[in-house]
Amino acid sequence: MIMKQFFSTRNLLTRKNLVLFLLALTLLSLPLIASINDDSYLLIMVSRMLIFALAALSLDLVIGYGGMVSFGHAAYLGVGAYTVGILSAHVMEGSSIGFLPGNLPGTESGLISLPLAMLLAGLVALVFGALSLRTRGIHFIMITLAFAQMLYYLFISLYRYGGEDGLSMNGRNLLPGLDLYNDTHFYWLCLGCLTGYGLLVYKFLGARFGQVIRGCKQNPEKMQALGFATYRYQLVAFVISGMGAGLAGALLANHSEFVSPDLMSWHLSGELMVMVILGGLGTLIGPILGAISYLLMEEVLAGYTEHWQIILGPLLILVVLFSRKGILGALVGKAADDG
Amino acid sequence: MLLFLEQLLNGLQLGFMLFLMAAGLTLVFGIMGLINLAHGSLYMIGAYGAAAVTQATGSFTLGIIGALISAAVAGVLLELIVLRRLYNRDHLDQVLATFGLILFFNELTKILFGPQPLYLNVPDLLNGSVEIIPGAPYPSYRLAVIGVGMLVAVSLFLLISRSRIGMLIRAGASNREMVGALGVNIALLYTLVFGLGAMLAGLSGALVGPLLSVEVGMGENVLIITFVVIVIGGIGSIKGALVGALLVGLVDTMGRAFLPGTLALILGPEAASSVGASLASIAIYLLMALILIWRPAGLFPAQ
Repeated sequence: MIMKQFFSTRNLLTRKNLVLFLLALTLLSLPLIASINDDSYLLIMVSRMLIFALAALSLDLVIGYGGMVSFGHAAYLGVGAYTVGILSAHVMEGSSIGFLPGNLPGTESGLISLPLAMLLAGLVALVFGALSLRTRGIHFIMITLAFAQMLYYLFISLYRYGGEDGLSMNGRNLLPGLDLYNDTHFYWLCLGCLTGYGLLVYKFLGARFGQVIRGCKQNPEKMQALGFATYRYQLVAFVISGMGAGLAGALLANHSEFVSPDLMSWHLSGELMVMVILGGLGTLIGPILGAISYLLMEEVLAGYTEHWQIILGPLLILVVLFSRKGILGALVGKAADDG
Repeated sequence: MLLFLEQLLNGLQLGFMLFLMAAGLTLVFGIMGLINLAHGSLYMIGAYGAAAVTQATGSFTLGIIGALISAAVAGVLLELIVLRRLYNRDHLDQVLATFGLILFFNELTKILFGPQPLYLNVPDLLNGSVEIIPGAPYPSYRLAVIGVGMLVAVSLFLLISRSRIGMLIRAGASNREMVGALGVNIALLYTLVFGLGAMLAGLSGALVGPLLSVEVGMGENVLIITFVVIVIGGIGSIKGALVGALLVGLVDTMGRAFLPGTLALILGPEAASSVGASLASIAIYLLMALILIWRPAGLFPAQ
């Protein structure tokens, strides 16, 4: 039904579609703009924004649509990043992966490491989610946070893979047909992953699954009374979200060719939440706008003063206090609300 | 055996410091329904207050008083200006706004005191060690910290279970609308509770100042452990906060001291040192996960 609404001509010219169209147009034309201005930094910067947009989008699936306030999403991002990092570090050392049976070598093939990053992040999300979803409300927030901290400290004490100092990679992954050292190619990969994941989530939300997790957010008792196994639906949403964050982590590792426990820190989890709220909770375009504007703001403020966080902090409070649906809400009004 | 006793005392000391933090956090949540991430900032403000006043006057006692005042003032201002607007918001808004406060306070401290850590010296009077058990000297400052922690715990219990204000606090925790309807000045009560919680956090920061370095971001590590404490204890329960704090303090200290050695007997020294260190650093989170599987609402769930 939602698909039909989306494609019927009467509803095609909404402000929301206009925002989406302008966003897509900007992102698609950016490589051209960058090549005209000969500005490779632009693409590197926006690639990073797109990666964070992917992570924020995955987080919005659980917070905005599922009503599960996960305060530890950096953990899944970190698992994805470390998967790529550890595989690559073993190639650099020429050693086999010590903690697995058999003599498995590391790999730099993105065809292996990117799906594996998603799979492992999904598995970790499955375990953490299965335990956390036994609770609700404030307990859920704190437990997801504590699990993420657990992984953070685990990787800090993992001296084999760099501990607190982090782990340098051999280089970016190899993908057939793409050269990830080429900034334009890397940009397309990030945009492709974001679009692919976004479409997947859009499909899920349009299906019955989406209606059920929205229902679980509004009134879980009622959903249970209607015969839905709410726990399972929520867990599936949590795992899909963790996989998205894992993919973002894998891309981020490739972006910086370095992974460190900071990728799992609760600061990053907080920042991802800020991006979601800033852009618009419970919307698919919102987190993308939020991630882009948050990182842009950081870039601009950091240009004025090294103490930019003293401006960012109060700004955040103002956004929380006075803007309910974030940037997208300001742009399109009530139509933003989709969660 | 002596090492065990020493670690036991260290665990108790960590536990009581965590209790000072957890008491404020759990009261604020129990009564106002507010998740306050900036509670760690109040701890940091207390530590910096103590360090600044001690450096200026040379007296650690004045430093402690300075810490209490600075944390209480910061807490009350915080409540009046920002937090009171968040009581009726959902938890997500509270998390984000108080996250913004952390960024603000950290950066402000960096501007005021610089990025380098400050060091507080242990006061001369307590700079020795005591042999409570023959053959095991224990630093008297740490012993004093345990004593202060116990004293505060007892007074807090008396305050809450025996005094009029304590009665209002308990009433507020179980039904805040009704307390307001009975003519109690709820806004004032909230500010008082928040100020009290802030003071306890500041005291905790000031007391650990001589044991750890006083630095920007020091509040965040302890904040997350405090969350673990109140989740284990049951959110909103003072009793739960005490039990949870002591449990977490002991498990963390004992884990770090003895897990690598114990594992070495099973796994051999090389594997044990890395596995043991990892396991010890996550022991409290494992403890929390186990307790939640057993009791999802914590050990002493508040009504």
